[in-house]
Amino acid sequence: MSLEFVFDLLLALAIIWSAWRSLSASRLDLAIVMFIVFGLLMALAWARLSASDIGLAEAAIGAGLTGALLLDAYGALKRREA
Amino acid sequence: MKRLLVVLGAACFVVLLIGAMLDLAPASIALHAAVSANLPSSGVEHPVTAVLLNFRGYDTLLEIAVLLLALIVILAIGIDSTTDVRPAASPVLQALARLAAPLMIVVAVYLLWVGAFRPGGAFQAGAVLAAAAVLLHLAELLPGWQSPGLRLRLGLAGGFLIFLAVAAGLLFQGALLEYPPEQAGWMILLIESGLTVSLGLILAGLFLLLSRDDGDRS
Repeated sequence: MSLEFVFDLLLALAIIWSAWRSLSASRLDLAIVMFIVFGLLMALAWARLSASDIGLAEAAIGAGLTGALLLDAYGALKRREA
Repeated sequence: MKRLLVVLGAACFVVLLIGAMLDLAPASIALHAAVSANLPSSGVEHPVTAVLLNFRGYDTLLEIAVLLLALIVILAIGIDSTTDVRPAASPVLQALARLAAPLMIVVAVYLLWVGAFRPGGAFQAGAVLAAAAVLLHLAELLPGWQSPGLRLRLGLAGGFLIFLAVAAGLLFQGALLEYPPEQAGWMILLIESGLTVSLGLILAGLFLLLSRDDGDRS
């Protein structure tokens, strides 16, 4: 088994794991953080598939902007409750 | 019992999916070769940028139109501005944001320029610009947009308008968005520069317009 195969396998497992954690997390903030982790791992996966254009877009929009929007929405929800 | 059935169904679906992945039919048309063959006449050296801005420029034109439409809908709905007070941003975050924002602008320009030769381009550059704006907003250095003025509106629509103007101008020479090969390079750069600014503002607007409650406080 080459090193690259091991890395890809670990990456694939980590993506599935983070997706599952994001969906099954009991706390909303934890779910959002896991979603951002998922986005960053997806960007890595795109880079491994030598589609670095999509990887860049995924990291910037998928993980960065969407994550910031979700965290902002979470903060607004929390302030409204308080 | 119900749960077991659902799990069994999901497992079967996964096996089917993996099976389908393993014997994917080969693509019926070899677009790869066509793109490589026509790359010299596209005006750029990176195949992805050539496809996005030249060979399939029409798609990108509609894409930016859709994004602009999404922002216009947000403006039209007019999100109610509830007055909630954020905790003040820490000075550490503010200092970091002040340091990072100029660097992000440089990275955005780099991504825009490098799009002609290697991975990069207007969408990524615009996303980095938008992220800089969001960072500044979260650090309370940039207030939320109350109601966009004329300059902001021009900036939001500018990328689409430049793209449309180039497309309409080329209509006189034949087909929509069919650049003459010797001028394709700077036309694509012009369109991409406009797109970068507009995309940055649109993506930032999705964030800054939605949290415009912040501005009323001061």
